Amino acid sequence: MAKKKVVLNFPPHLIDQPVTYRLITEQGVRVNILRARITPKEWGNMVVELNGKKARLEDGLAFLRELGVEVEHLAEEVKWREELCIHCTACLAPCPTKALYVERPNMTVGFDREKCIACELCLNVCPYGAVEIAIEQ
Amino acid sequence: MTRTIQEINEKIKQGRAVVCTAEEIIQVVKEKGVRQAAATVDVVTTGTFAPMCSSGAYFNVGHALPRMKMGGGRVTLNEVPAYAGFAAVDILMGATAIPDDDPRNKVFPGKFAYGGGHVIEDLVAGKDVRLTAQAYGTDCYPRKTLDTWIRLADLNEAVLFNMRNAYQNYNVAVNLSDKVIYTYMGVLQPRMRNANYCTAGQLSPLLNDPYYRTIGVGTRIFLGDGEGFVVSHGTQHNPGVRRSEKGLPQVPAGTLAVTGDLKKMSPRWLRGASFTGYGVTLTLGLGIPIPILDEETLEFAAVTDAEITAPVVDYSAAYPHGKPEILGEVTVAQLKSGEISVNGKRVVTAGLSSYARAREVALILKSWIEAGTFFLTEPVAPLPSADSGYKFKLLPERPWDGLQEAV
Ligand code: SF4
Ligand code: SF4
Repeated sequence: MAKKKVVLNFPPHLIDQPVTYRLITEQGVRVNILRARITPKEWGNMVVELNGKKARLEDGLAFLRELGVEVEHLAEEVKWREELCIHCTACLAPCPTKALYVERPNMTVGFDREKCIACELCLNVCPYGAVEIAIEQ
Repeated sequence: MTRTIQEINEKIKQGRAVVCTAEEIIQVVKEKGVRQAAATVDVVTTGTFAPMCSSGAYFNVGHALPRMKMGGGRVTLNEVPAYAGFAAVDILMGATAIPDDDPRNKVFPGKFAYGGGHVIEDLVAGKDVRLTAQAYGTDCYPRKTLDTWIRLADLNEAVLFNMRNAYQNYNVAVNLSDKVIYTYMGVLQPRMRNANYCTAGQLSPLLNDPYYRTIGVGTRIFLGDGEGFVVSHGTQHNPGVRRSEKGLPQVPAGTLAVTGDLKKMSPRWLRGASFTGYGVTLTLGLGIPIPILDEETLEFAAVTDAEITAPVVDYSAAYPHGKPEILGEVTVAQLKSGEISVNGKRVVTAGLSSYARAREVALILKSWIEAGTFFLTEPVAPLPSADSGYKFKLLPERPWDGLQEAV
């Protein structure tokens, strides 16, 4: 299962079309609507989280683009704030990609941004708010 | 070889004292042997930086005009309730206190974003903190309400007073159940997917002086980057537990009650901490110098992570129900390697106590002693040690039936 957060911009002619319904039923993508602003005869937009097999997600996004929906990726990343980190290593256990790592024998913790998949598993583990989610659009 | 604390202090004054951290001494002993190391080294410094829930601070906030008796009333600091059962303007803030309107675990697991530990950190950082108080009013203290900003510099006294810190050894927590559990040992994944530990190991103060030969009542220590003192043994002190050949307790054992002037501390060493689903606490830097009085004190202070073992405990059932069973024993060296083996299963480890920052505490303390600004103390009285018979007990519950008096 893959997960993707995207912004969908709907042109005015699609506002009264059941696009999300078709995305779910025809493309088999699970859609979680995080924010939506739809006004008749204007561009509407929606922030959604899409869940499904990777290939499904790609097909689903292609389907949307074909209909004329503009798809933007939501630049979401997890930030590690070194100045707040106390190097306890609590976050190492849940991190699936070793983006959060420890250097031995000094036991100092570091963060490799490239490896982070923004799975958010470390967020509720850090007691010091040293890992946080940064959402930019 | 023997040496007295007086002699060591004389050397500190002259800038001639030889000081090593509890980590550095391991190498010195490896190279020179115990005998020569003891002859050369005067002091070994230890350190720890870890969540310590039984921490708190008391404040004398000064008298407002007209005067007000907060004692017996209600007081909050940044909406976190403080204890006010004292005289007019003395209040106590506990590390784990949380605002009345914090949702706690109603939406599980609760975030516990702000509490007593954070209030203490904010005060030490010099931030303005909101003090509210309601009192019943008396002839001598007529005022009934107060809502004002305060800050550390304006308080008469601001004192960290911790009834239990610096646990000598600690459990390794795992979760044998099928669902995630949220504990004071962090988030524990089901079916033993992680093991969380909390010890500074070879740097830990009480593991470097396992029988409390040098650490006692009145010992001057590093506390939150300021000077502190050991008040006595801490609550739940339990020195009589089983120990290794080298005298190291194999389960949680001794504890310390400590105190120090908050005005001299730094927020880098007092951090409010939010444990998801559990609550708020204070993470605190504490370090103790160990005078090398003879070869035995040095041998103890040269303890290594490979020699320290900790029990693995299931926090889904055994711990909450107070069952003594343990799943095995592992060394701190194994815990720090990132993986341990429990009943043949490989389990990823994660820490709660910062080894990197513990080392920093030991280095700072070393630099103070080398600079001649920190002197060692003779204990005023000893702490109850392994042979004292002093014990930690569970609560003998005698439920109140509402009719007869308890016998
Ligand atoms: S849990 Fe937080 S404080 Fe601890 S090492 Fe990870 S990021 Fe740093
Ligand atoms: S978001 Fe996931 S991958 Fe990124 S650091 Fe946290 S746990 Fe690791």
